[in-house]
Amino acid sequence: MLARIQVPSEVKRGELITVRLAIQHPMETGFRYDHMGRVIPKNVVNTLTCRYNGVEVFRAEMGSGISANPYLQFYTRAVASGELVFDWADDAGERASERVAITVIG
Amino acid sequence: MLNRSRRRFLAASAAGALIGHARVCRALPAIDGLKPVVEKITGGADLREGRVTVDVPHLSDNGHSVPLKITVTSAMSEREYVRAIHVLSEKNPRPIIAVFHLNPQCGRAEIATRVRLNGAQNLVVIAAMSDGTFWASSAEVIVTETACLDAT
Repeated sequence: MLARIQVPSEVKRGELITVRLAIQHPMETGFRYDHMGRVIPKNVVNTLTCRYNGVEVFRAEMGSGISANPYLQFYTRAVASGELVFDWADDAGERASERVAITVIG
Repeated sequence: MLNRSRRRFLAASAAGALIGHARVCRALPAIDGLKPVVEKITGGADLREGRVTVDVPHLSDNGHSVPLKITVTSAMSEREYVRAIHVLSEKNPRPIIAVFHLNPQCGRAEIATRVRLNGAQNLVVIAAMSDGTFWASSAEVIVTETACLDAT
């Protein structure tokens, strides 16, 4: 599962970091049928967590009501240089992880 | 004559604007249909209106991807913060769209995402605060083509 994560590479201590991410995923609802009339099973990215230097700062539980290629934007306060670790999983059991380095100045 | 019709038009549009405003101020219209879901979230606690801002276009051509921004008024300090934000839909086959868990380190209780909507409806957003209170707000969206209609 490909993902595009945008965070500022450098941020001042105490300021807010804007985290924007988009995951490439069809977010199948389970309500669609294929050309043979069979139900396409539900498969959505159900959980996503963001940890900042090991501390969980954000967690999302998503359902079929979230659009395909889910996009999320949230904030976290810059405390120390380190990395943001994103982990997510879908209904098919596929897991993915992505790391982004953050430099805190001042 | 011409002048009079212009006056009438202006009066009518002013009234229209007032009606439009009144619609926005309605108190959580969608909550009745979502009662079991809401009760599961609040655990029977009072649900108060306010503190939550739901930013969503009033009209959407298509329900596949509707931009949604939620802002909750909170200091996001250790003493007072938003624990979770629940996004509910009145008409989707699965009423719970998403749940976002926050903590004081977030700094700002604001989330932006894109949602699927099955037709024109009200979106209800419930914020669970650290002090055990629940705040809600709703927004009406008109969707021309629903996400559940397969166009192929």
